[in-house]
Amino acid sequence: MNLFDFFVGPFVTYGFMSRALVGAVVIALSAAPVGVFLMLRRMSLTGDAMAHAILPGAGVGFLLAGLEILPMTLGGFAAGLIVALLAGLVSRLTIQREDTSLAAFYLISLALGVMLVSLRGSSVDLMHVLFGTVLALNNDALIMIGAVATISLVSLALIWRPLFAECLDPNFLRSVSGAGQAVHLIFLALVVLNLVGGFQALGTLLAVGLMMLPAAAARFWVKRLEALCLVAIGIGVASSYLGLLFSYYLSVPSGPAIILVAGAIYLLSLLVGNRGVIRTRLVPPRHRIA
Amino acid sequence: MAIELRDLTLGYDGHPAVHHLDGTFADGSLTAIVGPNGSGKSTLLKGITGILKPLGGSIERGKTPTRNIAYLPQSAEIDRSFPATVADLVALGHWRSRGLWGVITGTDYGAVREALEAVGLRGFEDRALDTLSGGQAQRALFARVMLQDADVILLDEPFTAIDEKTTADLIALMRRWHGEKRTVVAVLHDIHMVREVFPDALLMAREPVAWGSTAEALAPDNLLKARRMTEAWDEHAPWHEGHTHQHGRAA
Repeated sequence: MNLFDFFVGPFVTYGFMSRALVGAVVIALSAAPVGVFLMLRRMSLTGDAMAHAILPGAGVGFLLAGLEILPMTLGGFAAGLIVALLAGLVSRLTIQREDTSLAAFYLISLALGVMLVSLRGSSVDLMHVLFGTVLALNNDALIMIGAVATISLVSLALIWRPLFAECLDPNFLRSVSGAGQAVHLIFLALVVLNLVGGFQALGTLLAVGLMMLPAAAARFWVKRLEALCLVAIGIGVASSYLGLLFSYYLSVPSGPAIILVAGAIYLLSLLVGNRGVIRTRLVPPRHRIA
Repeated sequence: MAIELRDLTLGYDGHPAVHHLDGTFADGSLTAIVGPNGSGKSTLLKGITGILKPLGGSIERGKTPTRNIAYLPQSAEIDRSFPATVADLVALGHWRSRGLWGVITGTDYGAVREALEAVGLRGFEDRALDTLSGGQAQRALFARVMLQDADVILLDEPFTAIDEKTTADLIALMRRWHGEKRTVVAVLHDIHMVREVFPDALLMAREPVAWGSTAEALAPDNLLKARRMTEAWDEHAPWHEGHTHQHGRAA
């Protein structure tokens, strides 16, 4: 077997492998920049909470229509948005902070979602919803993922500057514009949208992996915001490709393989990145003469 | 542009931090706001910028306040670990002319460069924020205020933890804004600096203590009064009677 066959062959030979690759790469492209902003806003765990919050909506879609893409996606999107809005509302109307109310709502959501899916489906269906089936992406699913990525990237480009200002100096933004709150909500909607887009392929729980792990790894390599987004996208794309390759040759589940590769890249970056443990702690610091 | 406060009450959770404040920051005036910690100084600036809605009373600040007021928050409220450059931070000052969606053009970056030169940060455009000293960061924020080109400039403790040379440079900038007939209001702790630099002063202790020429407002008996008044924040204070608004009574 030559190198081409080894590295490219599976994706040429099998339609399900090429569709899986396209799906995962597009998800990585769209979710990684959102993950960068989540990380910079110290909201890394919010993505995880939102991933759980999607479940009851997807569950309702499943109950009504079975394992169909559109109902489950729309339901998930609606449920995620409702939880995000409720959490924000509680933090504004009461003394409880947003992280606490978000935790409360996503736990309620998770339990409700698992119950809804179990009402009609088997534990296999539940596994499908929780962890996805990237190897079973059909054309409808790919179109959905493409649409989500397009909306997400265009929206992010439009709100880039206010979002940047809201992260860096929220009081300044509030002093020049009333848009801060709206920008925050649009951003949360993008988080939900990307998780919903990813959940066909990776499931609600693993979808957040292609969002956060590349962003977290990129932080060890570069400093600029734009560079962070590009490096995170690169890591996400590489994880998707390598994960599928591992999954193919080692016969392991593809979704977890993709996320594990992203996790390995994170650990590697943590150790040897420009700003990782070894360079910052073990190499004696140099300094310039002035 | 003048800023008029009419029976203004601002606060959090119903507790007043600024209580029944009446008065005017005259057009083109240079005023220091002085008072003990917790006396409502920063709260007042947040109220004037519109970040905080009044619990009672009103603030008259012209038709387009967000375009005419430049606000410099306390430096602690800015996330300096955020991966941005000095130019990114300063370019936010173009908000007034570029709005939410506008493109920052090459000319705009020219203006950023000029503003950085004016605050003594020539060549700092591409430096990362987390490499700046506290003084350099404050200089950059003053450059952003310059770009905002606003009629009213509000500065919240602009010289805290800043060395003498930087403070002197930034005071010179502030005087220049005053010379350009802008209305400048700064929250400060250093009474000596206020006496030297600011023609007018507002002494606060949640209740307004004195407002007028600096010499009168900061007379010793006023300062003593402010210190006595500021202590109480009573969780169980009865609700203020006889007002249309509801907020806790301070003492």
